[in-house]
Amino acid sequence: MPLHWLVLIVLALSAVGFFMGRGRALQTAGGDRRLLHSLPHYYGANVALSAMVPAFGVMLVWLLAQPLIVNTSIERMIPTEALPEGNTLSLVMSDVRRVAQGLDIAVERGVLSDAEVASLRADETDIRAMLGDVGVALGADVPGPVLEAAKNHRQQTARGAMIMSIAVLVLALIGFAYAFWRTNAQFRARNIVEAGVRALLIMAASLAVLTTLGIILSLIFNTIEFFRLHPAKDFFFGSVWAPSFGGGSELAVLPLLWGTLYISLIALIVAVPVGLFSAIYLSEYAGSKMRAYIKPLIEILAGIPTIVYGLFALLTVGPLLLGLFGSQGLGWMQAGTAVMTAGLVMGIMLIPFVSSLSDDIINAVPQSLRDGSYGLGATKSETIRQVVLPAALPGIVGAILLAASRAIGETMIVVMGAGAAARLSMNPFEAMTTVTAKIVSQLTGDADFASPEALVAFALGMTLFVITLCLNAFALYIVRKYREQYE
Amino acid sequence: MSDATHTSLMAQSAHTRRRNQAEKRFRAYGLAAIALGLTFLVVLLSTIFYNGVGSFQQSFVNVPVYLDPAKLDKKGNRDIADIKKVSTFAYAPLVQKGLFALIEAHGIETELKKPKDMKKLLSASSTAQVRDYVISNPGQIGETVTFRLLASSRVDGYIKGRVKRADVARDKNINVAQLDLSDAFIKAGVISKEFNLGFITGADASESRPEQAGIGVSMLGSFFMMLVVLGLSLPIGVAASIYLEEFASKNRLTDVIEVNISNLAAVPSIVFGILGLAVFIQFMHLPQSAPLVGGLVLTLMTLPTIIISTRASLKAVPPSIRDAALGIGASKMQTVFHHVLPLAMPGILTGTIIGLAQALGETAPLLLIGMVGYIATNPPDGLASGFLDPNSAMPAQIYEWAKRADPAYYERAWGGIIILLVFLLTMNLIAILLRRRFERRW
Repeated sequence: MPLHWLVLIVLALSAVGFFMGRGRALQTAGGDRRLLHSLPHYYGANVALSAMVPAFGVMLVWLLAQPLIVNTSIERMIPTEALPEGNTLSLVMSDVRRVAQGLDIAVERGVLSDAEVASLRADETDIRAMLGDVGVALGADVPGPVLEAAKNHRQQTARGAMIMSIAVLVLALIGFAYAFWRTNAQFRARNIVEAGVRALLIMAASLAVLTTLGIILSLIFNTIEFFRLHPAKDFFFGSVWAPSFGGGSELAVLPLLWGTLYISLIALIVAVPVGLFSAIYLSEYAGSKMRAYIKPLIEILAGIPTIVYGLFALLTVGPLLLGLFGSQGLGWMQAGTAVMTAGLVMGIMLIPFVSSLSDDIINAVPQSLRDGSYGLGATKSETIRQVVLPAALPGIVGAILLAASRAIGETMIVVMGAGAAARLSMNPFEAMTTVTAKIVSQLTGDADFASPEALVAFALGMTLFVITLCLNAFALYIVRKYREQYE
Repeated sequence: MSDATHTSLMAQSAHTRRRNQAEKRFRAYGLAAIALGLTFLVVLLSTIFYNGVGSFQQSFVNVPVYLDPAKLDKKGNRDIADIKKVSTFAYAPLVQKGLFALIEAHGIETELKKPKDMKKLLSASSTAQVRDYVISNPGQIGETVTFRLLASSRVDGYIKGRVKRADVARDKNINVAQLDLSDAFIKAGVISKEFNLGFITGADASESRPEQAGIGVSMLGSFFMMLVVLGLSLPIGVAASIYLEEFASKNRLTDVIEVNISNLAAVPSIVFGILGLAVFIQFMHLPQSAPLVGGLVLTLMTLPTIIISTRASLKAVPPSIRDAALGIGASKMQTVFHHVLPLAMPGILTGTIIGLAQALGETAPLLLIGMVGYIATNPPDGLASGFLDPNSAMPAQIYEWAKRADPAYYERAWGGIIILLVFLLTMNLIAILLRRRFERRW
């Protein structure tokens, strides 16, 4: 049974359940709703939820678990000696899934019948040509074991789907019947429904934890897998980044980290003075009218997507810098993509982060401190420099750290503006690359996920995640600690 | 010390002057910083506009083409199956002859004598356009029909000023004689620059035909992604915020959840891409490049934003509302769903729209789940195909264009950004208007 029909049937069942539950409650109360414990629609909702929630829950879990179980059981079927030279199990498995999918389509279009599929033999029919006809292109001819595995895969998937349909429908009916049977005038329907809704709310709230868990687990498992293939010592302490998909690549994080930090540093050198001074001017000097116009205008910079900044770096800033510092100018720069290009553009992006965070923090410094300073005869700028800024300093440091963590995690600007060469150099006009840019380049394309060259991206992601997490936690800690001081 | 006693109150001492100058300088630094920030904004926006506005206009050539029955329908029985067998190669000479007829009609002098020389003036898609017309109107064979065909990207670039005469010497795709002819055609009104609807509604094209590329299909990809994001992140985000704000008691579990949410909001977006790749594609075997997967990843990414803003607007509803509802016998759940939530709704919607706008412009996670590099040529047919078939998204399409070698694609990329920014601006304006219209001060 197709999935959408199953969903529609369960939904229809619970809709019917709503009206039947409501009707039965009113009926047991003799039509007098004052005799009911809860409002009538709660009885209906109880039946509807009992029919729907467990059924959909089982369906969701089943849909997630079934491919895994089928895959493991098929993997066991494929003999290791059947693996072609240089192929890994995961590649063969993706072939198996593709053939199975092709067979499904062939049956659906009426090219083959189910009985014909069962009697297919790899050495008799040209499976590749046949599947090509129905629109599933295969890279190579299908060997016998793969075809057998695919047939088996198809069978198991179909059987699983059937059992799931039955289980879901039975569960929906049981839920329906149980809730309907319990419905009478004394039944505390509202309490039950509210407890159920509360459980749903809790599940929604824990999704955030699940996401974090998902991030951490997917990073950790793949990182461990990577370190099994590539020594951790080389990754952390080596100094050369030279991936080659033929094997024997040198994958060291150091040149990438250097590029990341160098670009972030230039970005902060641009963003911090501009952001900080505009925050100071807006909060201490500007009138309310100017503030009302200027602040949102500067914050537009934060709302512009990073792809726009990336394009700006690649097509405008890069050529501009090349004209100034390239072979026609000072001769320091070889190509438009360089640390300086990405750094400058990223700096522009970070201005509003620094300015609005610092603005909040400067505004939180109590007026009494300023009044005291004016009373002693200090000018406005002296007050700002010697009283307000020292008082706001921890918060400003926190803001800068948050901006730094943004810069380290930024992807599009460096992918488009910084170049692709990993090198340890001091020259800001040279192309360098970053952790994020290399995650993108190692994971895009049709790479095999089992190779160290692809898995290294997960180790890089782990590095990035840990660095930004530490920076954020530290920054938030400083900002919070400071805010409490004056409250 | 003794100096101070001699200074007059009327005249500024050197020390005071220094201090006042320092004050002025400091103030000027602040103004300069703001001016610099605004300059960046203006430069950025005007660069986008200046470079991108060209993509909304395209050069078209109006060519009368004689649909020669001897070429298109050799058997002469107008059988549609036979007409379909004629490939675009057979159409090229007809279109080129049409151009020659125009040269003669307008009395243009040109050194181009071979029909093949005309090929570079027109887009490679033009023959296909004529063929499609003939297949859908076989009755027109034997007539002369005037077609509005796309000019090639070089001619278009020449008209827009992107391709200079000086650069043409080394260009294999166009030569000076062809540019002269284009000039004459413009004067004669054969080539004209018109509004380019194809850019907004069309599909991406192959690397060699920038004049044909449009952003329409990837716009649909973005649309389906946003449907997923809206459909999942709004209910889940609101449910999570209601629990945390209204029901959760202060215990270790809720603490963990809160710290988690604030940390998730600061995780780099590329990490969500890694999560999507590992969980949705590697682990669950969902289809690559599908808007469904992109939507799921962006949902996880925008959830913290929506939860944070929803909690703020729930918090802004005064406790007296809750007390009053509880006082007349509403249950806690009824209080929240009947009274607090409707009052907080404008704030929640504002936060959701801003979260959606953020998700619409996000590119990095889409790179990892394969929504880049896919040439979105076919618009999805139907809902299921919209969610599950490979597609691109607007920012991914822009990235794709920016990577291509032909400068004509850069113009498209900037133009795509204009469209993207128009969407973002509209969404933000709606959010601001919602807030203005419905925001209550208690």
